[in-house]
Amino acid sequence: MSTTEPNLSISNPHPEDTDVIQKIALVVACFGVLILLAAWANVALDASVFMPIAIISMIGGTTVYGARSYLKQPEGIKNNGIWHFSLTSRGAFAWAVGILLTGFYILLYWFPGYVGFVQNGENQGLVALFDPLSMAIKGRPASQWFMYGTLYTIAILALGMKFIFKYRHSRYQLIRTISVMIAQLVFAYTIPEILAALNYNDVTTTAGEYVGYYDTDIKNVWPLDYDFFYSYHLDAMQEKAYQPFGMIYLVVGIGLFLIGTPILTYLIGKRWYCSWVCGCGGLAETAGDPFRHLSSKKLSAWTLERWLIHSVMVFVFVMTAVTLYGYFTGASSVFGLDIYSKFQKPYGFFIGAIFSGIIGVGFYPMLGNRVWCRFGCPMAGYMGIIQRFKSRFRITTNGGQCISCGNCSTYCEQGIDVRAYAQKGQNIVRASCVGCGVCSAVCPRGVLKLENGPEEKRYDLPPIIIGNESVKISD
Amino acid sequence: MHNIVIIGNGISGITTARHVRKLSDHKITVISAETDHFFSRTALMYIYMGHMKYEHTKPYEDWFWKKNRIDLKRAFVEKVDTEGKTLHFSDGETMPYDKLVIATGSKPNKFGWPGQDLEGVQGLYSYQDLESMEANTKNISRAVIVGGGLIGIEMAEMLRSRNIPVTFLVREESFWDNVLPNGESQMINRHIKEHHIDLRLATELKEIVSDENGRVKSIITGTGETIKCEFVGLTAGVSPNIGLLKGSGIETKRGVLVDPFLKTNIDDVYALGDCAEFLEPNGERKNIEQVWYTGRMMGEALARTLCDKPTKYEPGHWFNSAKFLDIEYQTYGWVWAKAKDNENDFYWEHKNGKICLRLRWDKSTGKLLGVNNLGFRLRHHAFDKWFKEGRTVDYVLEHLKDANFDPELYKTYEAEIIAQFNRENGKNIQLKKKSWKRILDFVS
Repeated sequence: MSTTEPNLSISNPHPEDTDVIQKIALVVACFGVLILLAAWANVALDASVFMPIAIISMIGGTTVYGARSYLKQPEGIKNNGIWHFSLTSRGAFAWAVGILLTGFYILLYWFPGYVGFVQNGENQGLVALFDPLSMAIKGRPASQWFMYGTLYTIAILALGMKFIFKYRHSRYQLIRTISVMIAQLVFAYTIPEILAALNYNDVTTTAGEYVGYYDTDIKNVWPLDYDFFYSYHLDAMQEKAYQPFGMIYLVVGIGLFLIGTPILTYLIGKRWYCSWVCGCGGLAETAGDPFRHLSSKKLSAWTLERWLIHSVMVFVFVMTAVTLYGYFTGASSVFGLDIYSKFQKPYGFFIGAIFSGIIGVGFYPMLGNRVWCRFGCPMAGYMGIIQRFKSRFRITTNGGQCISCGNCSTYCEQGIDVRAYAQKGQNIVRASCVGCGVCSAVCPRGVLKLENGPEEKRYDLPPIIIGNESVKISD
Repeated sequence: MHNIVIIGNGISGITTARHVRKLSDHKITVISAETDHFFSRTALMYIYMGHMKYEHTKPYEDWFWKKNRIDLKRAFVEKVDTEGKTLHFSDGETMPYDKLVIATGSKPNKFGWPGQDLEGVQGLYSYQDLESMEANTKNISRAVIVGGGLIGIEMAEMLRSRNIPVTFLVREESFWDNVLPNGESQMINRHIKEHHIDLRLATELKEIVSDENGRVKSIITGTGETIKCEFVGLTAGVSPNIGLLKGSGIETKRGVLVDPFLKTNIDDVYALGDCAEFLEPNGERKNIEQVWYTGRMMGEALARTLCDKPTKYEPGHWFNSAKFLDIEYQTYGWVWAKAKDNENDFYWEHKNGKICLRLRWDKSTGKLLGVNNLGFRLRHHAFDKWFKEGRTVDYVLEHLKDANFDPELYKTYEAEIIAQFNRENGKNIQLKKKSWKRILDFVS
């Protein structure tokens, strides 16, 4: 099937008439982006004026545009033209966006100077644009990470609003999306910045001595937060000046991994984290939503997934064990292997940066929005094992109602061939399911229901789908 | 080991093939002129709408067939020689068989309208129909759809997904009112209009008018109105696609005549799915069942017969589903357009006008006979079990929460439904809490 009309819209799948309000909203949102680009190009802008304008324009413009586009149409599934549009079907526009995102991540990780970050000097470009915000919150200039965190949060908020209008008929999607938006804004962005502002983290004393840094995004649980146990983080959390927060983060961080995660995953599946709370998941579900259908559903992709995600998991466990060994013994190497250069550095480079950042987000328009979550994330791997073998969560199939249409599988961002189960009348119990609920939403026949129930009969495969008396189970 | 040849790779033929393979080592060949691989016919609309590509509509990856030793052949069967047990293809080739399964599906109905074979006039059933619809609807300013059934409303939705103005001619007084009772039918009428589809009820097609190139340029309705259009969708039902059986000696009427074992009048020749017509009616069911689910169930039964375990096609309690634009529809048991004399009727509609529930039950015994639910989802297992156990409407309403299949966190309507039911029927039914124990007991 060929393309009917070229359309580069990311937000409105098929604008019949783009009205004046939509056009103005689009201009406003683009103006916000333009300010970013201008700042990046070192155009002399008064950051204290243009930074708030940029943020408000991007969030406000996107929200109004999304509202206008979707509220004009009857509520329902809005996937018209997804496979016809360049951006959402791996066309030229998708490649362009993918290359831009990838390039941005490369600069951010390894060449922050090119986005304007100046160590021990006055920032320039994009980073400088966020100096006033950083100054206002914590009284010091922005870093490239502050700039990135701000943009990341803006993306989740603005495109989360768009998602809410798109799925306004589904209370599950509404509440879930509000949850990831709040989690990002409050836990990942606001609280850490406030703690730093109140000198509970990232402090340099008046004497010029750096006290230390630890991760204060409480929902960023180890092993996703792979450097949680690095010695300088552990030291910082025990730093006197940071109490009681340092110890709270240490105890809660370990508690979430050891106790919170297994219990919650047992009760409601890994979705409590992946699609309701997690920052990576938050971006995937909002900004990444237009790319969810690009995940591969091949059996071979599933095989690769199981090898990769569990390899990364073993890698992070070994790396962390070695790190802790070094921390408690003071050794800098294990079996003659240097802990930093042979364990921590490769993990940070290959997994932390390349896999989760560059491939995970940069490749959204090519591989879908959950590549990292599906193939890499060790936290997802850990919860996946619990979800697969010891959990109340499953997707129930509605008897014989499946028509094998394939919408569920197509729109599964985790590449689960949902249809393969649904057409057999079997529950979907899969380690990788993040519980986004979109399979259930796009099903035209009401076949799929995410639910938590007794483990009894959870794995049952009916010998024959109900509705047919020709074949008795006893046969 | 037999050489089983199946003509048709739709849900009926493929289900037969898969189950024969599960049960036996017979040689299996599936022939199709339509596509190389099995795809979900019900999903054709989503390809046009850009929700999926063709590859997504294939329920099995392409390696599946070789792995399961199901040979696929792309060919058009022109003639069936039942005496010599040989198929003759359009390219002159032949293929012998030991047992033959006819699963050739349907073709769109054409009722002899003037102009029905013009360019730009078509039905929608096959993959080829989809391709021609893609070509026929390029840059058009209006489409007309003739026939208010499931394919008609799907076609309207497809065209609207590309912002093509649609006029929808429905012969009946209200959409699909030979199947849907008035409340449901009116709801869909409103929803069709909400989608800016020009719905013309009680309107027939009189003629399709050609331009100078043999292409449709307009239609004329029964009332003499001319509507300019460049595309006409004929969706007034389908009928069995059995042209290839002419002269084969296989008895046909509208479809291929079969007994309850799906056997035709000729030994070792079977038929199932859309193209089969039962000699004896099966309960309240139609003699020709053109439904995805029934095709699948016939395949499950026929595979056993082919593997020397003679098995009648014995469908259980009726169920079906559809989606009318944004409104989902499910039905369990029998809900006739008009309640029969022995039936009581209850209809509840949400104030938003997009969610409703209808119940029918026996006046004397109170036993539930059927349910229609639109705009929300109900559990198939619950109703299948309740019908088998002969549960009364009172019991069903009491336990309605067990049957709710809407996504979590959705608003529920049971209390409102039961309040209205109690009010109208002078009852005092109390809603029970959802019970996982009972839900798990449905599946046993």
